[in-house]
Amino acid sequence: MPLPRPTSPHWQIYRWQIGNSLSILHRLTGVALALGLIALCYWFVALASGPQSYAAAMRVFASPLGMLVMVGWTFAFLYHLLNGVRHLFWDVGMGYERTPRHASGWLAVLGAVGLTLSVWAFIWASHRS
Amino acid sequence: MSLRSPLGRVLGLGSAKEGTGHWLAQRVSAVALIPLTLWFMFSLLALPALDYATVRAWLSYPLSGFLAVLLIAVLTHHSYLGTMEVIEDYVPSAGSKFLSLLFLRFLYVLVGGASLFAILRVAFSP
Repeated sequence: MPLPRPTSPHWQIYRWQIGNSLSILHRLTGVALALGLIALCYWFVALASGPQSYAAAMRVFASPLGMLVMVGWTFAFLYHLLNGVRHLFWDVGMGYERTPRHASGWLAVLGAVGLTLSVWAFIWASHRS
Repeated sequence: MSLRSPLGRVLGLGSAKEGTGHWLAQRVSAVALIPLTLWFMFSLLALPALDYATVRAWLSYPLSGFLAVLLIAVLTHHSYLGTMEVIEDYVPSAGSKFLSLLFLRFLYVLVGGASLFAILRVAFSP
């Protein structure tokens, strides 16, 4: 029986900083969005099934817990999108230096928070009128 | 001369020989998802309401149905590649890894297939 080997990414031995925090957040938001895909599937199936099932689905999404999860998914989507663009720039060899790396990281987090608030402020405002 | 040990060679250790395809597919689908997901989000935000009749009418429009099909196809592929990587990284034993990956594959075919069928039902209903 082989001994259990240490497995990557050895998060126990690293000092927490913006680089690894945002990398972990990218994975976490990715997994959250995978669960969101199941909810999106439920929404499309309910829409195709008729007015009653669609109304039932919308009651789930419009419930307090549903709204909270939807705000979470909005942030997860916007952060994963912005940080994903960072990854694409790295893939072509751009933005590796310390200053642009940290600046783009903060831009991804704060941008996602700001855009999430904007989206839900817009929904709230248009829902009231 | 090979630097690999005889035991390593027998156990099949070393390069997996197939990582590049996965890596590249993840990037290509990511690029495609930038316009597709933004289109979806802004389309829903632009609708006057999200009631049954409005959303059905929007999805019945040919361009909306077509882009929704593309969105689900690319999104399920990208999401499958990502969650697969998470399982490969964190599920320790070979047996449970195999079963998780098998379950994941069935789940994604189910979710993708059901979503596509639902979109097409709305798109082609009179």
